[in-house]
Amino acid sequence: MMLAPAQNLSQRQRRRALALVAPALLMIGVFMLVPMGIAMVYSFLTPDSFGGVAPPVTVESYIRFFFDRDLDDTLRFDPTYLQIFWRSIFQAVLTTLACIVIAVPFAWYMATRGETTRKILVLLVSIPFWTNMLVRTYCWVLLLRDEGLINMGLQAVGITQQPITFLYSDAAILIGLIYASLPFMILPVYGTLEKVDFRVVEAAFDLYASRISILRKVIFPLAMPGIAAGTLLVFIPTLGAFLQPDILGGGKKLMIGSLIQQQFTSSRDWAFGSALAVILMAAVLASLIWAALKRERMEQLG
Amino acid sequence: MTASLAALSPVGHRVAPTLSASVSASETASRELVGVRGVTKTFGAGVSSFNALEGVSVSIKRNEFFTLLGPSGCGKTTLLRLLAGFDQPTSGQILLDGDDIAGLPPNKRPVNTVFQSYALFPHLTVEQNVEFGLVQQGVQREARQRTVERMLQLVRLDHIAKRKPNQLSGGQQQRVALARALAPQPRILLLDEPLSALDFKLRRGMQVELERIQRETGISFVLVTHDQEEALSMSDRIAVMDAGRILQVGNSTEIYERPNCRFVADFIGEANLFPGSAVGWVSPYVAVRPERVVLAIHKQSMPISLPGTVKEISYLGATTAFTIELTDGSVVKSQRNDAPQGLDSGSTVWCSVHPEHIIELEG
Repeated sequence: MMLAPAQNLSQRQRRRALALVAPALLMIGVFMLVPMGIAMVYSFLTPDSFGGVAPPVTVESYIRFFFDRDLDDTLRFDPTYLQIFWRSIFQAVLTTLACIVIAVPFAWYMATRGETTRKILVLLVSIPFWTNMLVRTYCWVLLLRDEGLINMGLQAVGITQQPITFLYSDAAILIGLIYASLPFMILPVYGTLEKVDFRVVEAAFDLYASRISILRKVIFPLAMPGIAAGTLLVFIPTLGAFLQPDILGGGKKLMIGSLIQQQFTSSRDWAFGSALAVILMAAVLASLIWAALKRERMEQLG
Repeated sequence: MTASLAALSPVGHRVAPTLSASVSASETASRELVGVRGVTKTFGAGVSSFNALEGVSVSIKRNEFFTLLGPSGCGKTTLLRLLAGFDQPTSGQILLDGDDIAGLPPNKRPVNTVFQSYALFPHLTVEQNVEFGLVQQGVQREARQRTVERMLQLVRLDHIAKRKPNQLSGGQQQRVALARALAPQPRILLLDEPLSALDFKLRRGMQVELERIQRETGISFVLVTHDQEEALSMSDRIAVMDAGRILQVGNSTEIYERPNCRFVADFIGEANLFPGSAVGWVSPYVAVRPERVVLAIHKQSMPISLPGTVKEISYLGATTAFTIELTDGSVVKSQRNDAPQGLDSGSTVWCSVHPEHIIELEG
């Protein structure tokens, strides 16, 4: 008897809470779950002759990812697509690490300036967002090509006699990816470091820490939440990037992003493209869960 | 005698600070630990430059609770930062045991600081915060654990060793900051307004704690504060600073009873200040503490006894404070518990002072 009103209240409260989160749930549902669901469904269908998908339901797309079908219809393990995956992951890891190495000192520099300088620096970091990514990536072609600004400059100063071929290489792709991702690492790290009391650095210096120890034992751990957020923002888009591999890499080496893009455009195989997207998503999700579990265990240990 | 003993004793030269207070104070107190010699610190350059410190010289002894007292902007924090090594003096020397340490960075000095904002490492537990300096010094793990345990007992925080700073109250954070700075056993502990963020009651408790810890560790404490009551109650000696200079150095009684200038007389406690000539004195200025101004209905047989009108009365419990306007228009403050009964705003009273309570000031 006594409990009944309280239960009613909590039920009403629960209903109210549900109503309050409903818009957010709706957004996630419409813009995240539905597209993912469509990709999931498409990946189990068969490409039709007009470029769409049609029944029958099949796992053929997934089989194609791992195996090659010989003329006699026997399946032979084919690592081509796995290699593309591996190459993409490798590129994304390199890009993320490079971004961390550049962004942490840069963000620390930003965070320790005066207020006016800080505002200007944040503006400068975000200016690239004002221009289309395609245009900015083409600008790197102009910089890196044999007759480009960098080669012209090097020859004018006399450092090199012949132009160095930068373009259409893994290095060029990497440069393009780092360039595109850097603000996504700098801004979250800066956001974290901005709130740090600069005196903790003085305290560490006072307590016999060398400059390297201060960076390792104080600044880096304090920047960690920002680095974690930045890693998500850099790693995931980089994994699926296709602009830089196509334009700066000349499309010579396929990356997972380009491969998916091709399936939906020139190859007109939406089923296989969807399957690739689902596999990529599963891989990213698995690695995120792994990272979260590992972090939880680390926190429990110490 | 004590000086010669200290000179003969082989340990007198480098006494390791211990927690057992085994360091004989008399043996070492006479020796200078820190010598600040003619230190000037200039910030900025050209027309916009200004001297935060101007030719400051002071000597801090072993095992001493020394306080730098002054209003904000007087240069006391600048002097503290020079002692810690965060800034370098523009000219002059800073000696530790006779060696000039002016060029040494903070991580090379046996000097630790308790920061005003505590500056605890937010990502480390209480224990790890206290351990930080020891890890950097390369102290072995077991010795480290022993020291951390002892330090946390010293500041009475051994029950919350595993918490993070954001789970602590202001007073607890203060104690962690203290334990962290004491753990590496520095020669000098610098405290930058350590109590200013605490509320009144907690501050009183911490003052007693700080005195106890200083006695127990035998480490020289250098405290920076603008709170004269705090300075008077805790310090062995006080240096009163203003506008980049040290005006007077002495123990609490000396500073309060015999200030040497108008600034010190006025900054420490309350003081009635007059030009010497106004009361027939030879020194340029004189000061009289309000508790030394005797009020009476009739003229008193003292060399100084002047009539005036009561302007304000405030009852303070143990004493009552009077503001009296003398016939020449100057204002005198009196704070006693033996004023005549029935005084009211507008009453006429005689303000009298014993000659020995007149403090002569040179400037």
